[in-house]
Amino acid sequence: METLLAFVIGGLYAAGLYMMVRRSIVRMVFGLALLGNAANLLIFTMGRLVRGRPPLIPEGAIAPPSPYADPLTQAMILTAIVIGFGIQAFALVLIKRVYETVGDDDVDEMRTTDTLEDT
Amino acid sequence: MKNILLFPLLIPFVTAVAALLTWNRRRLQRLISVCGAGALFAAAILLLSTVWRDGIQVMQIGNWPAPFGITLVADLFSAMMVAMAGLMGISVVIFSLESADIEHEAFGYHPLLHILLLGVCGSFVTGDLFNLYVWFEVMLIASFVLLALGGQRAQMEGAIKYVALNLIASTFFLSAIGILYGVAGTLNMADLARYLQSAPNTGLMTVLAMLFLMAFGIKSAIFPLFFWLPASYHTPPTEVSAIFAGLLTKVGVYSLIRVFTLLFIRDIGFTHGLILLLSGLTMVTGVLGAVAQNEFRRVLSFHIISQVGYMLLGLGLFTTAALAGSVFYIIHHIIVKTNLFLVSGVVRRLRGTLDLGHLGGLYHSAPVLALLFLIPALSLAGLPPLSGFWAKLALVRAALEVENYPIVVIALAVGLLTLLSMTKIWGKAFWGEPPAADAREMQLSSFSRLSLYLPMIILALLTVGIGLLAEPLYAMSLRAAEQLLNPAGYIDAVLGRTP
Repeated sequence: METLLAFVIGGLYAAGLYMMVRRSIVRMVFGLALLGNAANLLIFTMGRLVRGRPPLIPEGAIAPPSPYADPLTQAMILTAIVIGFGIQAFALVLIKRVYETVGDDDVDEMRTTDTLEDT
Repeated sequence: MKNILLFPLLIPFVTAVAALLTWNRRRLQRLISVCGAGALFAAAILLLSTVWRDGIQVMQIGNWPAPFGITLVADLFSAMMVAMAGLMGISVVIFSLESADIEHEAFGYHPLLHILLLGVCGSFVTGDLFNLYVWFEVMLIASFVLLALGGQRAQMEGAIKYVALNLIASTFFLSAIGILYGVAGTLNMADLARYLQSAPNTGLMTVLAMLFLMAFGIKSAIFPLFFWLPASYHTPPTEVSAIFAGLLTKVGVYSLIRVFTLLFIRDIGFTHGLILLLSGLTMVTGVLGAVAQNEFRRVLSFHIISQVGYMLLGLGLFTTAALAGSVFYIIHHIIVKTNLFLVSGVVRRLRGTLDLGHLGGLYHSAPVLALLFLIPALSLAGLPPLSGFWAKLALVRAALEVENYPIVVIALAVGLLTLLSMTKIWGKAFWGEPPAADAREMQLSSFSRLSLYLPMIILALLTVGIGLLAEPLYAMSLRAAEQLLNPAGYIDAVLGRTP
């Protein structure tokens, strides 16, 4: 299962980065979403994947019997998902505004301020 | 006073909420904003004096013992940074009373500014890597909105680059946190430091160090990763770019220093050697980029990059004197750079443009402003007796002590080139003939004069003051550097003395 997920995560990172290097800002936002999901899955996998063994600590012990899936990573992912959701919502509004202002979704058209002439 | 660490977080939060509630009542909102920023500054000074007197302050939220709960911790370096955040907050708020236009304020400039300060202060006092990520995001989302607010074409173009590259940095940061947690099983920085001291130094550790270097490197705009900064910092209104220039990249530098003095100190030859190399390249590319620019704020933006190089120089050398130089440099830089951006705001208000080709003769029409530009500009270039001279001296001397001559040459040459582009701004904007007759000069009322000039005068006086009396600040930086280089004190303070 870990191996499969490792490939999925690698694929997501690759796809996300590929999308981000495209010139269209819409693809850029998709790329951001994919990268965020890849990072979340990475944390998920890092907490170990164990099915059917709740991490309950038996009486007298100080840790759950191994192997168990770490619940803390899943709590962290929840936080990361919420943050990612907010950021992606903002990014979507931003690209809409950018498209309205610039009239194009090609990042190559967005460098009027980078040229030396003051426009 | 155990709760002293909470004030720098609670005050901006409460102020932001109060400013949101008074959304439609502009006067009241401004009053709340000024009071909140003043209170934050007072709380930050209180924190700094407490840390100076009693050593590292730690607070476990809800009394859950570290490493299980949320830990807030302030060593001297953190406290100094919080104090600078407070000082920049109050300066920029006072400045913006006059410089911010009505639409900008009506769309939530004040609440966002305080949320930004909340994120910055949170990043400085957190003792946990995942919380650092959360504070980074708080700071980022506020900065995104501040940058895009106003909706001009230039701002939109700047915002899209800023957002994209900073989100990539966040992804790197989050991935690094995930892997580090998988390896160490904890994210409390003190606990991690203890774990990493004894853990086998495998290749994975180096990979992690590089992921963190990448994540914080983008945020602090170091050499190959700085492109978002000069593309965006000159686009928003002045008060926004002043607070960005003063604080945001410095949060990245702070995180780099924290992580590479506390966690990744096993393979110094590689990691810190790389940082030293990057710092040299950052200085050179930043200053060369600035020479080519012809717009006030773009010149200043490129200088932020070259100055970040100096701050990393001390981290790369990794001796007490060098780190003290870095800390001193960061403090000096925050004051000076914010002040320069504030000056650019007044110039734009007077003349309506920041294009150096269309400016001129400001020395004649606004001599006080010219003086207020000259002080931070010369300090930035490192001329005695201003603060920048001592900052550069401390770093160069530290580099000479370890006999690293190439970096000394670079640091000095970059200082000279900095002077060159400062004289370029001086020559084109302040000297020279005023532009053609159609360029009329705005007249300022006495209230706007006070609100615009007061923060600049205070910051300029601080620059001169640090220059004439460098000893106390240097002693403080030295003690901060000693704390940074002795992680045992930090670990003991957070985890308690029992092993």
